[in-house]
Amino acid sequence: MLSFLGKRAVASGISLVGLILLVFFLSRLTGDPTGLYLPLDASEESRNQFREIHGLNDPLIVQFFHYMGDLIRLDFGESIRRAEPAIDVVLRGFSWTLQLAAITMTLVVAMAIVVGSLAAYYIGGIFDRIATFFSLIGASAPDFWVAIVAIVVFSVTLGWVPTSGTGTVWHWILPISVLFIRPFGLIVQVVRGSMITALGSAYVKTARAKGVKMRPIVFVHALRNALLPVITVIGDQAAALLNGAVVIETIFGFPGVGKLMIDSILQRDFTVVLAAIMVTAMAIFLMNILIDVLYSILDPRIRY
Amino acid sequence: MTVSEQTHIGIPEIPDAPNPILRTLRMLWADKFAFVSAMFLVLVLLSAVLGPLLLEDIATKQNLRGRNMPPFDFSKDWQFWLGGDALGRPLLARIIVAAQNTVFVAAGAVFFSLTIGTSLGLVAGYTSKTMSQVIMRVADIIMSFPSLLLAVIVLFMLESSVFNLVVVLAITRIPVYLRTARAETLEVRERMFVQAAKVMGASTPRIVFRHILPVVFPTLVTIATLDFAFVMLAESSLSFLGIGIQPPEITWGLMVAQGRPYLTTAWWLSFWPGLAIILTTLSLNLLSHWMRTALDPAQRWRLENVRKKNG
Repeated sequence: MLSFLGKRAVASGISLVGLILLVFFLSRLTGDPTGLYLPLDASEESRNQFREIHGLNDPLIVQFFHYMGDLIRLDFGESIRRAEPAIDVVLRGFSWTLQLAAITMTLVVAMAIVVGSLAAYYIGGIFDRIATFFSLIGASAPDFWVAIVAIVVFSVTLGWVPTSGTGTVWHWILPISVLFIRPFGLIVQVVRGSMITALGSAYVKTARAKGVKMRPIVFVHALRNALLPVITVIGDQAAALLNGAVVIETIFGFPGVGKLMIDSILQRDFTVVLAAIMVTAMAIFLMNILIDVLYSILDPRIRY
Repeated sequence: MTVSEQTHIGIPEIPDAPNPILRTLRMLWADKFAFVSAMFLVLVLLSAVLGPLLLEDIATKQNLRGRNMPPFDFSKDWQFWLGGDALGRPLLARIIVAAQNTVFVAAGAVFFSLTIGTSLGLVAGYTSKTMSQVIMRVADIIMSFPSLLLAVIVLFMLESSVFNLVVVLAITRIPVYLRTARAETLEVRERMFVQAAKVMGASTPRIVFRHILPVVFPTLVTIATLDFAFVMLAESSLSFLGIGIQPPEITWGLMVAQGRPYLTTAWWLSFWPGLAIILTTLSLNLLSHWMRTALDPAQRWRLENVRKKNG
């Protein structure tokens, strides 16, 4: 197990370096941020001074080694726009995204497992048909479109919830509901599929023959075995939420890491872009490892 | 008397082998949802191919008196039935024209990731262990990237064009096919017919392409159908954010974005293109659902039995 974790950490480290290389040089290609931050009539001297302060005068490769050198000391550089450490800015945004993703994923997993399992148990019945139909629609819905239609209906027309921001609990309802739809649709289908297989197996027949009631059969006997493929999908969807909430955050003006990233790209705040990408990537790595560990807990046959 | 007639008389029991196309169509007919989806997708495909040729002029002609014209005014020409956009251009015609970019970006991305991913997967599954290790690690790296964020950055840096969009989307989807192709190849290569081919002296390319690929391919096509929907949604999101396709080119995602400022006064500007996206992805999902049954010899009877019952 430990050697497995070590291997995973090394592999993650390598891909992280690749990621940094790619993003560092690509972002530098968009041009010099000086023009964006200084007034149009700024003198050449002050422009040079600005570049000097932010280390933009050195050749690219020198800048890169400076950056990596600082990075080893966990110094992610300073945000040009906000004049505070980039990592602080990013972590602030990331904590918002993390809350959003965690709440959404908890709701999704809980509801999808119940709905998918029941659909599998009553296969072919009316509940199964309704669940399948709605989960298919959910899995097909473009979230940005659902978001703006929901704003028109629930915020503008009905006035139930605010359109954007984060002030109160009410502000969270729309973003969470919109983010909920797609993963819910996908996971319900996977739960249903793997639950059908599990319910057809011999140990479930034995349990039935013993007279075990329906609820323990589904949620105790079958669920644990049906959960393995589901966990993979949950992991993929959680990762998608962490990096894909960009659109939803932009629409709802939610101060998460996705919106921060888009803003920083537009403002050529390179250090923040890099820090944001790194924090997100690290979160995804950690989650992938967590999923592998969960796998071996659920199925003792899997050993690393 | 010819030879073929003789054999017919000799062995009368053998029925004609069913025409594969006819058989597929019958199985499609057996699942009404899949049938409707397939019809709808054909319609989308026709719009994508013919739309711009036939309707380019109508779709770009501005008409300031018809700005944000409400839908369902059937006294107007057919292209205005879904209303007009902010410049008075007919929405229905624009949706048909926009189908081209939407479908072609997704098709291009799926095609490239399918071909590259499958080839690499076959290689990783059939050849040496080191090769396989290298390929799988690269796939892991791509998988662990926050793909949408990366697409945002890359497209912003490299100026977005249809080509760049296809490349970026294709690269992020390669691992999906690669992993499936490799896993299936590892299993298929141990089967008897592959061993037999090897014993008979078939070359490695022949074994891989003539014997393994046909077995693996149906699974990959099913995944590709689902993935088409995924890529379409990704492209729409990027275009919606303003870093995908750039005006005057149009896609459905971009149309939703263009309609956003008018949401409260003219909901139809964003609503129809969004509906087009959702219907297309839904059809793809339903079709992929059907394909999983139709391509699986163990489950195919579900579709064929219905046919017998009906006639």
